[in-house]
Amino acid sequence: MRSNSYTLIFTSVITIFMGFLLSVAATSLKPLQEINIEIDMKKNILGALGLKPESSSKWTIEEVQSVYKKNIVGLVLDKNGEKTNKNPKEIDTEKNMDFFPIYLHQVGQEIKGYVIPISGKGLWSTLYGYFAIEPDCETVKGITFYKHAETPGLGGEVEKPWFQENFKGKRFLDKNKNLVGIQVLKGSVDESSKEAYRQVDGISGATITSKGLEKFLKEDLAKYEPYFKTIRETIG
Amino acid sequence: MAILDKKSKLAFSDPLMANNPISLQVLGICSALAVTVQVKTAVVMTLAVIAVLAASNTTISLLRNQIPNKVRIIVQLSVIATLVIVIDQILKAYMYDMSRQLSVFIALIITNCIVMGRAEAFAMQNDPKSSFLDGVGNGLGYGGILISVAVFRELFGNGSIYGIQIIPNSLYSSGYENMGLMVLAPGAFIILGLIVWLHRIMAGIESD
Repeated sequence: MRSNSYTLIFTSVITIFMGFLLSVAATSLKPLQEINIEIDMKKNILGALGLKPESSSKWTIEEVQSVYKKNIVGLVLDKNGEKTNKNPKEIDTEKNMDFFPIYLHQVGQEIKGYVIPISGKGLWSTLYGYFAIEPDCETVKGITFYKHAETPGLGGEVEKPWFQENFKGKRFLDKNKNLVGIQVLKGSVDESSKEAYRQVDGISGATITSKGLEKFLKEDLAKYEPYFKTIRETIG
Repeated sequence: MAILDKKSKLAFSDPLMANNPISLQVLGICSALAVTVQVKTAVVMTLAVIAVLAASNTTISLLRNQIPNKVRIIVQLSVIATLVIVIDQILKAYMYDMSRQLSVFIALIITNCIVMGRAEAFAMQNDPKSSFLDGVGNGLGYGGILISVAVFRELFGNGSIYGIQIIPNSLYSSGYENMGLMVLAPGAFIILGLIVWLHRIMAGIESD
């Protein structure tokens, strides 16, 4: 049997050593991890806009950086849809309810699309993604999800191309230019229906995920509506 | 093999088949269900577990004569936890997409019964060399089962193995469909149950 003081000293030494090891690992790897997170975000924004890597089928870090730099301008809007001089990186979309980041796909002076971050509850988890809008500010250009914990094969289908393709070309405004959002159906869209312009095929077996998506998408769009409204008025 | 004496050899080979941690001791089932949807995640998980097991077994074995008996479990746990967090950080820095797919399950290696079990049952009594081999052997035994489950699940659930399409498109167009059950946890349970059953028959183990 060892003495209590030996036990105390032994555990202190172990703890200090382990703590030291952990802090070395955490601080030395942090810059790399932050780059990864940033690249991932940029990749998703580009993906929502339908931009693909030029050379291969997979993005390289350099390519993401250069394509993003060439095409994307990040802005932060306030509640009234006015531009502010904040940096989108500073805004935590979950906590900050007064400022909304938006990413403009801009080539030269011409705007080719808008991307907004979307997030909200599905069945098991919060889904995070990006939603891209055509320059007319009412047609969907694309949608991506980069983080969720829905059931694979059911709610998890939101990340699949067939589901995301579904959104392209749909409109989230009605005839009178009121925000109606995108409706995720149970089953497939009836193309002859009057409502087909705002409907997408749902995922069978994932009603709650679909309804959740429908709801948070509309809520997120509503935040940006003042901004889009002004643009729509200027472009007539 | 001349470099390995009989004891070290047994420490390495025993957990591969005769005393496999998953199929015979039924440890580490949680992660075996969670990360086996794709072969790729199973492979990375296996490598992570081998690294943690080998390093923790060696460390504990080196310290085994110094660790006060009263606090040995806590010391083992802190060694394991440190190693797991370091591996998690490395994955986040160098294999970001993979670490996102494995999400919480890398961190949960800390609670994997195999790691603690080997530290307590083997490394506390044996020299560093055979403890290291025991760690690698157990990791491989765990990984072998993990990857076999993943091969079945990815093949039937997704039509591919290691991300490479195996089932031809012509089969899909003639009405073949992926088995949705395989990508869900119950599919893993069924496959794992079959493997355990098969392994036990092959090993000639009779249970009461």
